[in-house]
Amino acid sequence: MKEFGKYVMFLGSLFVRRESFGTYYRLTLEECMQVGIKSVALVAFVAFFMGAVTTVQTAYNLVSPFVPRFIISQVVREMTILELAPTIIGVIYAGKVGSSIAGGLGTMRITEQIDALEVMGINSSSYLVLPKILASLLMYPLLVIIAGISSLVGGYLVGTITGVITPTDYIYGIRVNFNEYTITFALIKSYFFAFLISSISSFKGYYTQGGALEVGIASTAAVTASVIAVLLSNYFLAQLLL
Amino acid sequence: MIKIKNISKSFKEKVVLNSISGEFDKGKTNLIIGSSGTGKSVLLKCIVGLLQPDQGSVFYDLRNFTDADKEMKTEIRREIGMLFQGGALFDSKNVEQNVMFPLDILTKMPDAEKIERVNFCLKRVGLENVNKKMPSEISGGMKKRVGIARAIVNNPNYLFCDEPNSGLDPQTAIVIDELIQEITKEFDITTVVVTHDMNSVMGIGEKVMFLYKGDKLWEGSKEDIVNSHVKELDDFVFTNKLMRGLKGK
Repeated sequence: MKEFGKYVMFLGSLFVRRESFGTYYRLTLEECMQVGIKSVALVAFVAFFMGAVTTVQTAYNLVSPFVPRFIISQVVREMTILELAPTIIGVIYAGKVGSSIAGGLGTMRITEQIDALEVMGINSSSYLVLPKILASLLMYPLLVIIAGISSLVGGYLVGTITGVITPTDYIYGIRVNFNEYTITFALIKSYFFAFLISSISSFKGYYTQGGALEVGIASTAAVTASVIAVLLSNYFLAQLLL
Repeated sequence: MIKIKNISKSFKEKVVLNSISGEFDKGKTNLIIGSSGTGKSVLLKCIVGLLQPDQGSVFYDLRNFTDADKEMKTEIRREIGMLFQGGALFDSKNVEQNVMFPLDILTKMPDAEKIERVNFCLKRVGLENVNKKMPSEISGGMKKRVGIARAIVNNPNYLFCDEPNSGLDPQTAIVIDELIQEITKEFDITTVVVTHDMNSVMGIGEKVMFLYKGDKLWEGSKEDIVNSHVKELDDFVFTNKLMRGLKGK
């Protein structure tokens, strides 16, 4: 509880003694490159194979001749939009971006770079962390959309190349009984996850104490805490919104 | 002028600073000396506001910094330049961007003027043609110089240096010390240096405060040290043959 209270206080500190809008605009764009653009390839790669594997495994389990083949792509669609794209990519994002945020801030802490900002009269938490959170909120939903598309494409290519489903069945399954709300749900989840991962990782990194060893520990703790927060909130959001 | 009054600081049960008072004069290099673990850096952090003292106050030219509101603290901090032990240069920025950083954030100076000011400060600390180098590409001594350039770029009224010559060879250490003293005189600022290097003390210590186990035991000039008659200070200062020779022991 003490740690949670400290986290809430930390979030509150992001909104006091802020710098100019232009400063945050520039920093947020820089962070968008770091957390977003540089994650596109990894996210697309992982999602492509998630879709591919889901297609193959669903086909493997659908052995009844009474179940139409388009069900395979319907399952891939639902799994991708509801779970694989927002949540599994959240775990990947925590591993890549979360650890990088915690490691970067931790290093800045132990090398007194954060102290240097404070001495200059700059609110270091706001200056360093707010752009990371804003960038995550901007980029993570886009990454989820890219992951969704990539997963469906992966399922299509592997499914049709291996012959487990025809292109016509796959496209039909993707479109039939489509509920647009699942997209809304996935995007709502992605905003929650983006906030949790970026803020928890920043919190862990910002309060690093000690040396290089502690920076590594902070990075690991950031990923662990972020993943737990993502999985817990995933459950509560599903209960609440579905 | 900076005045500190009854500064105390403890971490859990351990008392690190015990009611320290004193003044740091304008236009002088004021030194805080003492062995490792005596609370020098903690005192410096209390003075610049990186740590909140448990008791006592810090006054910057009669402005109470310790009890000031956030706006006032920010205003005073913007008059402060600080050189950190490791330089604390921003890894992601090159030398020019590091030095320009306070101007970018704290002023609305036009870019051309900023570059001119950065080049002036880099030249002042003896660095030229390194503007585009990254901190990882320069030596420890150069990092300290860049740190000094960054500290003075916004015309501070107060300069703080935490162990400015730690990790440097004796020759470079003297150059850095002399640079700090020259800048103090040139810009007529209040400089506070934390050090345990006796070469620095005897070289630039115009006003010296000696800390021992969290207490201020002695205050005076470098000339007074030889005749201080404080056992702990004698033990600290005259540890080698050269210094003992100076004392005539």
